[in-house]
Amino acid sequence: MKAYDIVIIGGGPAGLAAAVSAKEKGVDSILILERDKELGGILNQCIHNGFGLHTFKEELTGPEYAARFIKQVLDLGIEYKLHTMVMDISHDKVVTAMNREEGMFTIQAKTVILAMGCRERSRGALNIPGYRPAGIYSAGTAQRLVNREGFMPGREVVILGSGDIGLIMARRMTFEGAKVKVVAELMPYSGGLKRNIVQCLDDYGIPLKLSHTVVEIRGKERLTGITIAEVDSKGKPIPGTEEDYDCDTLLLSVGLIPENELSRGAGVEMSPITSGPLVNESLETNIEGVFACGNVLHVHDLVDFVSEEAGAAGRNAAAFVMGERRTSQGREIKLNPIEGVRYTVPSVIHPDQMDDKLTVRFRVGNVYKNCYISVYFDDERISRRKRPVVAPGEMEEIKLEREKLLSYPDLKTITVKIEEA
Amino acid sequence: MEKRELICIGCPLGCPVTVTIEEGQVVKVEGNTCKRGDDYARKEVTNPTRIVTSTVTVEGGKDVTVSVKTQSDVPKGKIFECVKALKGIVVKAPVHIGDVIVANAADTGVDIVATSNVDEK
Repeated sequence: MKAYDIVIIGGGPAGLAAAVSAKEKGVDSILILERDKELGGILNQCIHNGFGLHTFKEELTGPEYAARFIKQVLDLGIEYKLHTMVMDISHDKVVTAMNREEGMFTIQAKTVILAMGCRERSRGALNIPGYRPAGIYSAGTAQRLVNREGFMPGREVVILGSGDIGLIMARRMTFEGAKVKVVAELMPYSGGLKRNIVQCLDDYGIPLKLSHTVVEIRGKERLTGITIAEVDSKGKPIPGTEEDYDCDTLLLSVGLIPENELSRGAGVEMSPITSGPLVNESLETNIEGVFACGNVLHVHDLVDFVSEEAGAAGRNAAAFVMGERRTSQGREIKLNPIEGVRYTVPSVIHPDQMDDKLTVRFRVGNVYKNCYISVYFDDERISRRKRPVVAPGEMEEIKLEREKLLSYPDLKTITVKIEEA
Repeated sequence: MEKRELICIGCPLGCPVTVTIEEGQVVKVEGNTCKRGDDYARKEVTNPTRIVTSTVTVEGGKDVTVSVKTQSDVPKGKIFECVKALKGIVVKAPVHIGDVIVANAADTGVDIVATSNVDEK
């Protein structure tokens, strides 16, 4: 059986950044396993601009952003296998994978970095009554067809859900000559970034209907039209508000789910909120030496933050390989997300192992205006930051300092919550 | 006198901003809660610009399309002319990031360049 110090599952933005930082820290035995025909992951089909403002201080398109990391991986001579599907990760870090050349094979890893990303939620499709005609796509599938395969899914389009991919595709389909008639969003707020609503919908006069959903799908072989209706505060359609639209294409942009079958198979403990692994300050799961980063851990809005997080996972995995990490973990401080804060990544901190500064990322459960993001060390409030608005569609963060944590030797719980101004 | 309603994209707050224009001049910006909103609104009503991204067909490559962008932002009113300038264009592999696909697209003075690499088949 082959052996590597670090095996990285997935060659998208998280896997690439983790590999680069692990190599730069001094680990040479690294293998990236990627199931697609190329490195770069979903960035290759995200041809729009807006990537890299934090990482490279310039505005790049998805493929350009990916190319910069791919070049680093190649320049550093990091090994990778394409067309390779990982089938299983065992509790003792034996990775079983397969591809056409080698068939099924196993690798003994000292550490595993989970970087499988996420996939699109399809639940929206299943809850819509009616036939199942051709012409209904997830927004990301349509994005791949248009941008990579050179096909147009249709000419008259309705989009359900206002996630960023749906908004981006509204503009993209418009460029390719389609008529995007409406974007319907079940929630009273958009799930996408504001700038995407302005630049992808408002610029082209595409209406966004909040608190609306699709209640009927028409057409037997091919989609011929849909009906949307306004919903009440419980998400139930309000009779009498129905509007019909003729269309041959319905795109669903209703959220992303971390892809964690392999993690579960390995026995990694999961968060029911993020659908990703529970991790500590080192982005390490409950299995020692198994780390997670990027969208497999929790869904991000900006790839720049994925790269940053994955860089930390790569460094921590390298430290583990090089014996710099203590294996018996010391004092443990729990993070306690309450009152509007849905979760935190990480969920637990060992101060003796954390970096000098630690970024804790989280999402809120609703839109809050003129509020504070407050941090409590046990019962003592140690910081509060005023925010004009926070929304579920935009990830938030707080920074914790190691020194500060060490100065509270009895600290058990760090609470993060939203407080009214 | 013309009034235009905008949503500021300077931060997640997304202030609804009303801009009053008289004889082509911005005379009033209302609804913004900070200076950035004022700046955005003035540029947005006088000279709004965007980067345009799309794809063109590739012959003889490992991929059938290559992604492209305008090298810098172009006036908003020129977006569709830039998109039209790409219609029917077929490039031969190999294509590299930065290769000029259309020079001076739609007379904007801005080139449209490749944003991905496509090797020969």
